[in-house]
Amino acid sequence: MTTNLQQMPPLLEVRGLTKMFPATIALSEVDFSLRAGDVHVLVGENGAGKSTLIKLITGVHRKDGGTILLEGKEIDPRSPRHAQELGISTVYQEVNLIPTLSVAENIFLGRQPMRWGMINMRAVERQAKQLLQDFNVDIDVTRNLSSYSVAIQQIVAIVRGVSLSVKVLILDEPTSSLDHQEVEMLFSVIRSLQERGIGIILITHFLDQVYAIANRVTVLRNGKKINEHLISELPRVQLITEMLGKELTQDTHSRDDTSTSKNTNRVPFLKVNGFARKGTIEPFDLEIRQGEIVGLAGLLGSGRTEVAHLIFGIKQNDSGEAYVHGKPTTIKSPRQAIRHGFGLCPEDRKVEGIIGDLSVRENIILALQAKMGWFNYLSRQKQNELANDMIKALSIATPNAEKPVKELSGGNQQKVILARWLISNPDFLILDEPTRGIDVGAHAEIIQIIKRLADEGKAMLIISSELAEIVAYSDRVMILRDRKKVRELEGDDVNENTIMHAIAAD
Amino acid sequence: MKSRFIPLLMTFIVFAAMYLFAYSRFSSFGSMRIVGNLLRDNAYWGIAAIGMTFVIISGGIDLSVGSVIAFTGVFCALMIGRNGWDPIPTFIVMLTIGTFFGATMGMLIHYFKIPPFIATLSGLFLARGMAYVLSTESIRIDHPFYESVSKLVYIFPDKGRFTFVAGAFLLVLFIGIFVAHFTRFGRNVYAMGGNPDAALLLGVPTGRTTVMIYALSSFLATFAGIVLSLSKQSGDSTIAVGLELDVIAAVVIGGTLLTGGVGYVIGTFIAVMTLGTIQTYLTLDGSLTPWWIKIVIGVLLFGFVGLQKLLSSRQGLRLFSFGRDRKELQQSA
Repeated sequence: MTTNLQQMPPLLEVRGLTKMFPATIALSEVDFSLRAGDVHVLVGENGAGKSTLIKLITGVHRKDGGTILLEGKEIDPRSPRHAQELGISTVYQEVNLIPTLSVAENIFLGRQPMRWGMINMRAVERQAKQLLQDFNVDIDVTRNLSSYSVAIQQIVAIVRGVSLSVKVLILDEPTSSLDHQEVEMLFSVIRSLQERGIGIILITHFLDQVYAIANRVTVLRNGKKINEHLISELPRVQLITEMLGKELTQDTHSRDDTSTSKNTNRVPFLKVNGFARKGTIEPFDLEIRQGEIVGLAGLLGSGRTEVAHLIFGIKQNDSGEAYVHGKPTTIKSPRQAIRHGFGLCPEDRKVEGIIGDLSVRENIILALQAKMGWFNYLSRQKQNELANDMIKALSIATPNAEKPVKELSGGNQQKVILARWLISNPDFLILDEPTRGIDVGAHAEIIQIIKRLADEGKAMLIISSELAEIVAYSDRVMILRDRKKVRELEGDDVNENTIMHAIAAD
Repeated sequence: MKSRFIPLLMTFIVFAAMYLFAYSRFSSFGSMRIVGNLLRDNAYWGIAAIGMTFVIISGGIDLSVGSVIAFTGVFCALMIGRNGWDPIPTFIVMLTIGTFFGATMGMLIHYFKIPPFIATLSGLFLARGMAYVLSTESIRIDHPFYESVSKLVYIFPDKGRFTFVAGAFLLVLFIGIFVAHFTRFGRNVYAMGGNPDAALLLGVPTGRTTVMIYALSSFLATFAGIVLSLSKQSGDSTIAVGLELDVIAAVVIGGTLLTGGVGYVIGTFIAVMTLGTIQTYLTLDGSLTPWWIKIVIGVLLFGFVGLQKLLSSRQGLRLFSFGRDRKELQQSA
């Protein structure tokens, strides 16, 4: 069997695939091959090109270069529907089915068995039941899809995809909202598909799952293929090194330790004990003192943003307690968090942060005005003063305060958001990926600003995928893996090497 | 009991309660005479409501139906009553115009991404304006065809009359049910209403389906206009003003979710008959003004929208699914 497979051409082969978006190369000369019966996992951080690769294979985007071969024949998928006709089906993280139709109808929508010019509903239901039973899933197929759990909905989506005489099945982060038992259920479905000789491409951020189900792994980074491995020959540390693109070096962190030591005796500004939320993040403890920078490291999907959301009250903790200045308190809403003196710069500044059509001045005063209440209007003169102070303090590159924010560069937009929080003078700032997508010069400047703010006595919690950056400014580093705090590093332990090993669970 | 049947069940309970109440006050509600009249009197807007059911299930809205009914009446009266056209060719021409009118609105909605509310609002003004331009006064139709249609009745033993118009209404109802549940077009309408993005990814031809939905709605509104013209034997550009709102109300009271994806043609029929029953009761009673019907519609609409809200919330669903989901999941795991 195996020798047979070796001789056959790969089920799906991609050669030199390239995709350009305005101003960025999303995918550059990527080779990829999938064999029948393989579970081939694609891994990589944000912007690595995983979704772009999938979207090119499934016809959501059109390729700019390279070839895609299915069973040795070149194909050019024009739309998801076309890809499906060719035998390539996709199941997305967000279940793309119709919640208001029955399970059976979802499986057969658009290709219902007909009799005498009408849909034979009984055949639809009987066949749907049969298809699900093949995977040991025995449910009432006449009930609405929405009455079932996400795991069952995923399986229904897979069954629909598979029943379309599929050759390649793509699963895009199917497990991210499932609990352990449901993941097992899904994996047993995947294994039986494997036995049928279907090639499976899986995207997941959970390393344990990679090792549990994959035969092969392809690592992508910044739109390029880094390497392809048999999973049995790949140590975890190497996988993570390739994903993050860092050599294991010995550089220690550059922030002087005096600030930590002089603070250790003081009552921490914020202390949380056993903070947790079911299905989001497992209990964690965290202390942050004034003037201290705590870095939050972990892979994408490890729960970094969730920690920030819990602390800022965007999501509510369902267990654990919080203390601000040693006094017990609750953080149930961002409003409450802001009243405690917290500030949060969110990860995706385009979606959550800036309002592009408003001027730099208007964006900067937004949070302060909201905090003061809309009836307590800031005079124009005061607004100008504040905005100009900030433009100077953070050296925001703009000709004047009235320029629409969308016309600034990414780094300067990031500074505007930072300025917005700084004028309301918070005691504690949470920055989620403050340097993502900004150029090198601005990068260094933002890091300088972060250090200066800490020196001024602000407590800071900073999420970043860039280990070098975290090492550069953090006094302590909290490490997350699979939605769990796994380690906290301090002093000389704060270096890329230790962080990497902690992430890899070695 | 599946939760999606609950609004339909409520519709039926309301109808049964209203009808029994009316029967307890006026025993004539037990006769075929009232039943026959109910079907005849409510046929025209009932037919339009069946078209609207498809539109609302797909997640859209059609505000143009009242105007289309009026335009159809005036057009038929002008052509048959004044210009001496034969009725059958006139109807065919009119149905074709109506279908194209709806298809055009559907294209605006799909290809130009104009919200259905706006696209059909302009349809409302256009059709009403055209009706006024054709004639501002009521035109009588004297034609042997109209005479013979009005004589086409089945008379029940108790002198109840089952008219041609009532028959047309029931025929549209049966075809509507068939199309909604037993054709791919019908199921695609439900799919689009349930989740438009997913429907596209599942291979539903959303463009074609949208055009067909609005074409169907306008076709049925045109047919409703013809039915009204047959029973009134005249055409008047001022009729059916605001009728689209009664039609939408009936669809919602019939258990169709305004957010789309869930609904039943039979529910719309029951709701039309409910409102017709109340109307007839008020007329027979005589002590209340007929405008009470508007108040009843308001109360029912409020109740049904409240019910929908409850059902669409997670908690509501859990309330009605009787805690079976979890158990089933565990069994299957």
